[in-house]
Amino acid sequence: MIEALHDLLVKNGFVVALLTTGIIMLASSWISSTLTNKKIPAAAIAIFAGLLLAYAGGVFTEGKKGIADISIFSGFALLGGSMLRDFTIVSTAMGARFSEIKKAGLPGIVSLFIGLSLSFFSGSVLAALMGYTDAKSMATIGAGACTFIVGPVTGAAVDASSDVIAISIAAGVAKSILVTIGTPTIAKVIGLSNPKAAIIFGGLAGTTSGVAAGLAATDPKLVPYGAITATFYTGLGCLLCPSVFYITLQWIVKIAAV
Amino acid sequence: MIYGVALLAACYLVGQTIGELLGRWLHINSNVGGVGFAMLLLILLNQWMHQRKWITPEMEKGILFWSNLYIPVIVAMSSIQDVKAATSGGMVALLAGVIPVVLCITMLPVLMRMGNKHEEITGEHFNLPD
Repeated sequence: MIEALHDLLVKNGFVVALLTTGIIMLASSWISSTLTNKKIPAAAIAIFAGLLLAYAGGVFTEGKKGIADISIFSGFALLGGSMLRDFTIVSTAMGARFSEIKKAGLPGIVSLFIGLSLSFFSGSVLAALMGYTDAKSMATIGAGACTFIVGPVTGAAVDASSDVIAISIAAGVAKSILVTIGTPTIAKVIGLSNPKAAIIFGGLAGTTSGVAAGLAATDPKLVPYGAITATFYTGLGCLLCPSVFYITLQWIVKIAAV
Repeated sequence: MIYGVALLAACYLVGQTIGELLGRWLHINSNVGGVGFAMLLLILLNQWMHQRKWITPEMEKGILFWSNLYIPVIVAMSSIQDVKAATSGGMVALLAGVIPVVLCITMLPVLMRMGNKHEEITGEHFNLPD
């Protein structure tokens, strides 16, 4: 009986993955609202839960694919694989308009480039200081310092190792949580009290979930302004990090080696 | 609804192809910004089709369905990473997640001043006729 159920779950692995992910999301939003008073966004908790499951899977099976190494959870390999990941990320572009970034004006555009390049290169330098001195790993961790999406997209593009990609996701998640919790506390100090500041803030911080949650806790009226630039951040990061930034970094690493 | 999904799929495939070609052209043997190109394409196409009223709410639903799934997919993605191997680099993740964003936020007052200068100039322009 149990064996038959096991076979059924393995055969329908993708559906099992959908159900499991739904349960993780539900539990995370419950934890977010009841235990943290929505201070930590449900998405950040769910991603952490995912990373914990991956750790458990790694310990349990000694494999390299996290929870997907456990046969009934093998469907996670498809649900969390690069195809669906990239497909869903592209679909979020529906929320952004070119005319809207025009409204954000020059400081908004400049903030995107400063936010991305400063995050990427300071993240890369930190990675190098901590012993990840090859350009692939530095770029992936630097991209993870942008967002938890730019990190794995860059990692996949430059063919970084899975553990480095996991670090980049963890870095992005840490950033998202910090922005969420930190935004209301520093809002007054940095003058984050008007739409223009929110537009610039969205471009500098970038993490859409962190910016949206952080601004909601500061002043809900500011949320759409921050989100305008933040939604461009990930797309621009996916474009720049594995290309221009990575090539620049390779060049810097080569010079530093000489 | 399927037309919206198909539009998304078309943008995805074209974007990935551009990324693939750019990667070959740059000799770095990888997809360069395929996701970013696909996003730009979807933004432009969406806007262009909106102006011609070719996008129906049903089509939008098809695309929004997938964009609502992006956080769950990211959750699933994080659950298949080699986290066990990454825990040795836990401090890197924390530092890379905290220090860069703190540096970035310190740039906010600088950029605000840049914005304000712009405003002052336009303000003077408006004041001139007076």
